[in-house]
Amino acid sequence: MTRWLRHVREGCKNVVRNGWMSFAALSAVIVTLAVLGFSLILTFNVQQMSNSVTGQLEFSAFLNVNASEKQGEQVAQEIRALPGVASVQVISKNEGLQQMKRELGQELSDVLNAFKQNPLPIQIVVKPQDPHQIDRLAKEVSEIPGVAAVRDPHKLASSIFRTLAVVRDIGIVFVVGLVITSMFLISNTIRMTIFHRRREIEIMKLVGATNWFIRWPFIIEGMIIGLIGSVIPVALLVYGYRSLYVKAKGVFSGLAFPLVQASQIEVKLAVILITMGLLIGMWGGVITVRRFLRV
Amino acid sequence: MIEMQDVWKEYPNGTQALNGISVRIQKGEFVYIVGPSGAGKSTFIKLMYREERPTRGHIFINGFNIEKLKDRKIPFLRRTIGVVFQDFKLLPKLTAAENVAFALEVIGAPPKYIRKRVREVLEQVGLEDKMNMYPHQLSGGEQQRVAVARSLANNPAVVIADEPTGNLDPETSWDVMRLFQRINDLGTTIVMATHNREIVNTMRKRVIAIENGVIVRDEEKGYYGYDD
Ligand SMILES: Nc1ncnc2c1ncn2[C@@H]1O[C@H](COP(=O)(O)OP(=O)(O)O)[C@@H](O)[C@H]1O
Ligand SMILES: [Mg+2]
Repeated sequence: MTRWLRHVREGCKNVVRNGWMSFAALSAVIVTLAVLGFSLILTFNVQQMSNSVTGQLEFSAFLNVNASEKQGEQVAQEIRALPGVASVQVISKNEGLQQMKRELGQELSDVLNAFKQNPLPIQIVVKPQDPHQIDRLAKEVSEIPGVAAVRDPHKLASSIFRTLAVVRDIGIVFVVGLVITSMFLISNTIRMTIFHRRREIEIMKLVGATNWFIRWPFIIEGMIIGLIGSVIPVALLVYGYRSLYVKAKGVFSGLAFPLVQASQIEVKLAVILITMGLLIGMWGGVITVRRFLRV
Repeated sequence: MIEMQDVWKEYPNGTQALNGISVRIQKGEFVYIVGPSGAGKSTFIKLMYREERPTRGHIFINGFNIEKLKDRKIPFLRRTIGVVFQDFKLLPKLTAAENVAFALEVIGAPPKYIRKRVREVLEQVGLEDKMNMYPHQLSGGEQQRVAVARSLANNPAVVIADEPTGNLDPETSWDVMRLFQRINDLGTTIVMATHNREIVNTMRKRVIAIENGVIVRDEEKGYYGYDD
């Protein structure tokens, strides 16, 4: 127990004594973990979004404006006959109009009243059994005679989540580079400490301190830098995400995709970032004592 | 007990420092190692606390077989040996007492024992009234006595010293030598490499002379035997 207190005390001394170098290493860890944390937040949200998108994936086929209700029923029959179709729902011209009026609200719906005839085509909503088959199915439906257009209402959403996924992947690549940079800077700092303390190390060896007793303060020095370097980005990201969540009222900007709840993200984020920080610091310490302490 | 059987040491650069050393030192002996500069005295001493590894031969010390000793067990050999050097090797930012305590802290001794033991050994070297002074506030002789106190902290069976009076004036040297004599009187084995002919010829002990890495003379109550 006294032994571990001593290691931690010496580790703290090392960090303080190395002022500027510790600060540089610390900054690198903060940047690394901030980028990692940001990527994680994106990942959590992209995951939830992709779950909800695949859960309700469907597309709509529109017939020519002058197609009759009977023709609509015929096309629907043909679609039902295609392999991999889960359900088909016909929305008549009338139903479509009512729906649109509801969506536009009282004032704007007056505009629709200006039309003598219902301007909306018959709409057929198709839901595939397997969401991954949606593109193939949409293409087959578009080739059925009488179908004027096919539209995937989630195209926009899925393209946004694909973009987010790319941003996340770039973030992860950055993180790998940054982790290496951080470890290098931590390692340099510890190397400096080892140099400063070479006389103490020499005497420790002479009087019979064990190798691990000599190593620990340096490894702990790395872990302290890693710990402080993780707590700061955790605090910033949690604060940032909470504000975003409150501002966006829990919804991803108008897309009707719910954001992952702040409270749900916070714990995961903190655990992952602090563990990463400690590991980066510890590993930086371990490689350094292995290379430069020769005990 | 210390025993070397046909020990050779070649440094990585090819220097032949020791060429077949065989020697046996009993518990409680006081031995001088003499010989010209570069003869191999320091190498002989470094082999004992396993700072260097012999190229060939067998070494037994305080029950450890150096040949078979794994690297991570070296600390446990060193806890049975006290070492003293010409340049004291004190930590400048620690007081006399802290320097001694340091040696016990880093082997995990309990704090209460450390406080008691630090006082004991500093009294033994006659520095109890200077225990809170820093090395730069002490004379060379006093600094060396702190180093001796540190070497004694863990009750070693053997104290080895490489030219412990090399940096001291004659009078101070005698103080330090009398200290070693008292330690030896209490039963601790002492092995000391030295260049100090006056001391060797006055405080008569067993003398082992090394030249070019071989023992050329080994006498009880011997003489220094060189003119330098
Ligand atoms: N680390 C080393 N590497 C190479 N040669 C060394 C080393 N240490 C000592 N020597 C050489 O070994 C020989 C014996 O040295 P040393 O044991 O220090 O002698 P002494 O202490 O008697 O003056 C000398 O020739 C010296 O130059
Ligand atoms: Mg020498």
